[in-house]
Amino acid sequence: MRRYLLDYLNSIWKFFTRIMLSVILLLSLAVTSIVGTLIPQNESPAAYFQEYGEFLYRIFDVFDFFDMYNSWWFQLLIVLLAVNIVVCSIDRLKATWKIVFAKNPIFNLSRFKNHADKENLVEERSPEQLKDIYEPLISKSFGYARTEQTDKGFCIFAEKWRWTRLGVYGVHLSIVLLLIGSLIGSIFGFDGYVNIPEGESVNSIRIRNPAQSKALDFEVLCEDFDVSFYDSGAPKEFRSSLTILENGKPVLKKDIIVNDPLRYKGINMFQSSYGPLPPKEVTLSFKSKKTGKAYQKKVLMGQQIDIPEAGGRFVIKDFDNAFQFRGRSIGEAFSGFLMPDNGRPIEILLPVRFPDFDQGRKGNVAVSVADYDRRYYTGLQVTKDPGVWVVYAGFILLIVGCYITFFMSHQRLCIDIVKKGEKSIVMVAGTANKNKLGVPNRLKKISKKLTKLA
Amino acid sequence: MNSSFLLSITTFVYGLAAFLYIASWVFKKELPGRLATWTAIVGLAGNTAGIILRWIESYSLGIGHAPLSNLYESLVFFAWTIIVVYLVIERKYENRIIGAFTTPLAFLALAYASLSPNISDRIQPLLPALKSNWLIAHVIACFIGYAAFAMAFGISWMYLFKQRDTEGKSRLLAPFPKPVILDDLNHQLIMFGFLFLTVGIITGAVWANSAWGRYWGWDPKETWSLITWFIYATLLHARMMRGWHGKRIAYLSIIGFVAVLFTYFGVNYLPGLHSYGA
Ligand code: HEM
Repeated sequence: MRRYLLDYLNSIWKFFTRIMLSVILLLSLAVTSIVGTLIPQNESPAAYFQEYGEFLYRIFDVFDFFDMYNSWWFQLLIVLLAVNIVVCSIDRLKATWKIVFAKNPIFNLSRFKNHADKENLVEERSPEQLKDIYEPLISKSFGYARTEQTDKGFCIFAEKWRWTRLGVYGVHLSIVLLLIGSLIGSIFGFDGYVNIPEGESVNSIRIRNPAQSKALDFEVLCEDFDVSFYDSGAPKEFRSSLTILENGKPVLKKDIIVNDPLRYKGINMFQSSYGPLPPKEVTLSFKSKKTGKAYQKKVLMGQQIDIPEAGGRFVIKDFDNAFQFRGRSIGEAFSGFLMPDNGRPIEILLPVRFPDFDQGRKGNVAVSVADYDRRYYTGLQVTKDPGVWVVYAGFILLIVGCYITFFMSHQRLCIDIVKKGEKSIVMVAGTANKNKLGVPNRLKKISKKLTKLA
Repeated sequence: MNSSFLLSITTFVYGLAAFLYIASWVFKKELPGRLATWTAIVGLAGNTAGIILRWIESYSLGIGHAPLSNLYESLVFFAWTIIVVYLVIERKYENRIIGAFTTPLAFLALAYASLSPNISDRIQPLLPALKSNWLIAHVIACFIGYAAFAMAFGISWMYLFKQRDTEGKSRLLAPFPKPVILDDLNHQLIMFGFLFLTVGIITGAVWANSAWGRYWGWDPKETWSLITWFIYATLLHARMMRGWHGKRIAYLSIIGFVAVLFTYFGVNYLPGLHSYGA
């Protein structure tokens, strides 16, 4: 029974050591990821229903295509890849470890003679002399070098960058770090948002998924929000002046702009949107048709006032930030009621950008908006992600690991010097564990240097 | 002379260089080949000057920023990197035929940028989200990677043609480098491209985290760059298994570059945001 279990575990282990599995998994991830780019993710069921019809909707829903990157099967693929990487790396690390940390590297002259790339030189000096000339150069450019006496001369063995064989394990470990970091983030972090009106403060935010509110253990005050524009009308900068309050006392002040968030107690606040708030106070202008005089009056929203020259009373009811007029937005607009002393109230539209608009009504007085207090709210993205440092460590390891794996190799060199009459015959042979086609070139360079010295 | 005009001229210079490379290959003449190299170098000088001039122009408009902020500018930079990478390889491998398969890509990139009515060459002010050094690193790294993949794409086709002609009968294929060399060059370029794509995706993630507080959001462009990355990771692993050499690797390399193109252009036709303005 026990044996049976062990065999079983062993065959599972073997299954995950296969590099074929990783090829299949990587390709599957590539292909399935496409689905989520063709179907917009995380929209409302109603929107999908309308877009795809009932039949497709059901099928897509069964396969979680509407939130596929969080679906069980996509996550399963990622977990399988992670297991694959870990098992495969452990399985091979044993052998690599032995090579990398061998006390005295083993060199085999006959293997260099038979299997390595080589250059042959003929020099006038004796092996003894050549050895003394070559040795300093070789031990300078290679980390490890040793000389052995042979039947007819000497043999210098050298090598460098043995440790680069570990680079690929760095790459694989970095993938594991990325996955662990994102897991930490999704368990202990959150992703939310909050809108703060200028001059006001909040102590809770909204979480996106699942939708709920979350209390903060401090208060955030937005003292000021500013948006500036280029001449073309495109936005140039969004800036919120934020203050963190603990027990009502300010502890941190910072102006945040896009790309420069505020961080406090592991919580980050990013400038992400803004919008206008309904104004409190409006300056109205009344122009009398009879006398041609214009009057200005400050009113509060909803406050009734008397119109000069006994024109009746006026009240502002509503503010719209992008009023639709005949299917087009005409920008900010107020609406209100004019109540003549006799007769029925008349609804009046006051578009801010078109002060002459009400003159078209041909009433006794024309009303327009002279000014109002423009107030904004700032929209902040509020996140906490304690896993981000693990992810960033993974990023660095991934880049460094890839560089080592791709561009550095374990290089070995063997210079065999054999006496032949008055001369010496020198064989310069070398191997590398990667980029093998580059070896002959490297040997040529070394041979050139050796010839120059001798 | 403004930068757009200079870059339009560069387009034609690259076109001429590509033509000369092809002519030198087809007619087996040395002279057009040498001319081609010089033409490519002149084009590169024009391309470089165009980028610098555009940079200066943006400052004199009072909206100074590195010229890497929209589709036009990225295509110009893409062409620049292709030619740089190619010229390095030409020097190293002393073979100009590769130019016949790769310089046309630089010409196409610039021609598309200069001539397509959908692409504006106006210098636009930077939107707030784009004001980040991470973004500059991101664009540079991505396009160096893409240029290497573009070269690998051209070389994969060369490999596929060459390996069919085992007896060396074809006159046209005779001067190609040996299949082993093409296969190795393909691999080298893909490693180089993979490293830069990795750096590109990572700097993009760091930028997203500094602008929106999330390093990954599965938006279509991000996802497609990851798909591309998966394809090339598959290739690198497949290469280490016996039997996956040469042809299959060349196919994977071609598929990988199609994914690059889709990440770059195709994504704009998908539902979603990321495009440069978002
Ligand atoms: C996204 C995930 C992965 C990435 C980015 C990645 C990256 C790499 C890279 C860059 C190399 C070096 C390739 C070369 O030398 O040309 C490599 C080698 C390798 N990878 Fe992966 N890998 C991933 C997943 C896996 C998985 C799941 C396995 C599981 C079997 C695996 C097994 C190997 C093996 C066995 C090697 C060869 C190591 C050696 O030369 O001894 N990799 N990987």
